[in-house]
Amino acid sequence: MASIDIESVGKVYTGNVRAVTDINLAIKDGEFIVLVGPSGCGKSTLLRMLAGLETISEGAVKIGARVVNQVEPADRDIAMVFQNYALYPHMTVRQNLEYGLKNRKTPKAEIDARVAEAARMLEITQYLDRKPRALSGGQRQRVAMGRAIVRKPSVFLFDEPLSNLDAKLRVSMRGEIKRLQRRLGTTSIYVTHDQLEAMTLADRLVVLNGGKIEQVGSPLEVYHTPASTFVASFIGSPAMNLVKAECQGDKLVIGPAMISLNGYAPTSGAVTVGMRAEDLRVVTGDKGMPFAVEYVEELGSQRLVHGVVGDQSLTIALSGETEIPANMRIDIDPAKLHFFAQADGKRISAADRSGAAADAPSPAPVA
Amino acid sequence: MVENRPFLTFLTHAFLLCGFVVVAFPVYVAIIASTHDAQTLMSTTMPLLPGSHFIENYRTIFTSASAANGLPAYPLMAMNSMIMAIVITIGKIVISILSAFAIVYFRFRFRQLAFWIIFITLMLPVEVRIMPTYKIVADLGMLNSWAGLIIPLVASATATFLFRQFFMTVPEEMMEAARVDGAGPMKFFKDILLPLSRTNIAALCVILFIYGWVQYLWPMLVTTDPSYYTLMMGMKRMVAVQDGEVQWNLVMAASVLAMLPPVAIVIFMQRLFIRGLTETEK
Repeated sequence: MASIDIESVGKVYTGNVRAVTDINLAIKDGEFIVLVGPSGCGKSTLLRMLAGLETISEGAVKIGARVVNQVEPADRDIAMVFQNYALYPHMTVRQNLEYGLKNRKTPKAEIDARVAEAARMLEITQYLDRKPRALSGGQRQRVAMGRAIVRKPSVFLFDEPLSNLDAKLRVSMRGEIKRLQRRLGTTSIYVTHDQLEAMTLADRLVVLNGGKIEQVGSPLEVYHTPASTFVASFIGSPAMNLVKAECQGDKLVIGPAMISLNGYAPTSGAVTVGMRAEDLRVVTGDKGMPFAVEYVEELGSQRLVHGVVGDQSLTIALSGETEIPANMRIDIDPAKLHFFAQADGKRISAADRSGAAADAPSPAPVA
Repeated sequence: MVENRPFLTFLTHAFLLCGFVVVAFPVYVAIIASTHDAQTLMSTTMPLLPGSHFIENYRTIFTSASAANGLPAYPLMAMNSMIMAIVITIGKIVISILSAFAIVYFRFRFRQLAFWIIFITLMLPVEVRIMPTYKIVADLGMLNSWAGLIIPLVASATATFLFRQFFMTVPEEMMEAARVDGAGPMKFFKDILLPLSRTNIAALCVILFIYGWVQYLWPMLVTTDPSYYTLMMGMKRMVAVQDGEVQWNLVMAASVLAMLPPVAIVIFMQRLFIRGLTETEK
């Protein structure tokens, strides 16, 4: 068990290619941290720097108060689970599990006990004498986790461990990883590009983009108060609707439509407004905004209605039974609107209204 | 092929048979020739059916044939060939697997250069660089010695290249997992790379053993002492008689015998091949 301190860590590859910039993160003992972001955001690089598989160009990494920048991976008291499992193909499952312990000159009796315990925990006891190629993907994944568990490290590092599994197995393994981590109480860092995996596993989410931290917070914090348009569009499925709009006093103007803000206006001028698909609702009469339906995706429990308000596309999540009227109008509770500056995509919260208002008029478009 | 087309089946089999005949016929003739007496081979057209001198010819090879041609005894030459082929095989594999390991897994200056230098030597046949090689071996006083026979033939660009290609297909995570598991470079090499290379090593053993076994030009250049003569040199001398007739029946018998060790190696290694092919380990 150990806490981890990541202090202004950066990674520059030869040729001045910058992969990670100024990461600061304090991870508490026993915490489950998920690094999430699109491919190329530096999340794997960061994990590999923690593991010692990449050198740390800038800053310091401390595992349990010890600076490990120059420490070999084997001596960092970590265990890593790889995306392609990286099991040794010529060894049996048992030998795979034992290998790390043998290299540490652990006594034979102790090795046997730990392997037996890990195998029981992961329900792979009956496969111990098979070779990895005789196992299914899910079983290999368990062996890869077993190899990490037997070491009893103070930190688990997971590098997209579930992305080679099929969707159903992924869900069940996800639950299992979570349960195992709770049970062992080991500090864990998990890298994924799957926002759902990130939401379900994390104690705290770290959203990365372009080698920088966009937001750190619990899954619900990140979901309900995304710090930027990037986080808003990345976390949650379907992605949050982001539309260009203008605050005019107590009104929000979206193309030809207009909704009342009921005093929730945080700023004035051009903004990007975020609306969760499930916060939008169908209204009758001539309230709300006219919504031209383009197509409907049926998910069974939900139906996702895609359409446009003016020239801005929106997606609404409705419960499965909701009728879709011919001339649909939609509305949203103004308290559930998210406002972002158009210039840099940062969230405009009630607290910094005055500051954001000054920036807001700048017409720079946000991608 | 899944489809069933009789004509295609016939055609492919016909090609296969033609190929087989072209390859196997000379070997067949050699075996047949080794069962006749010298008279029959010299006087008439080449017989295509076995003769009656099989035992006699092979006995002569082991007893008097060598002495008659001024050569050391056949078993001694066979032993020389065997020692040379085995040491070359082992030496080539050890050196090339280690150099491939260095080139693929270690980051050092001039790594690419080292690889290219090795690779370029592939492009020159042995015969082209035989004069400088001879000069070096002579200057080092290694003529007429095992060292002179073997060392210049031990480095192998081909094997290095093949091992390099194989190592590059081993996923990098394997090495990283081993690092996390506390295995240093040599331990990783011994515990993981070596077992994974098993089938490649077996295949190379066959190729390199045959390479060492059929060496002819080099042993002839560096050895004048008959106690270092190899089979290939011996057979050449049996053919190059000054006056009188070449005893083709004996030469052929010696050739057939000389074919046996490589055949044995192939059959023995075949078992490893098949295991390697059925258990795809990646």
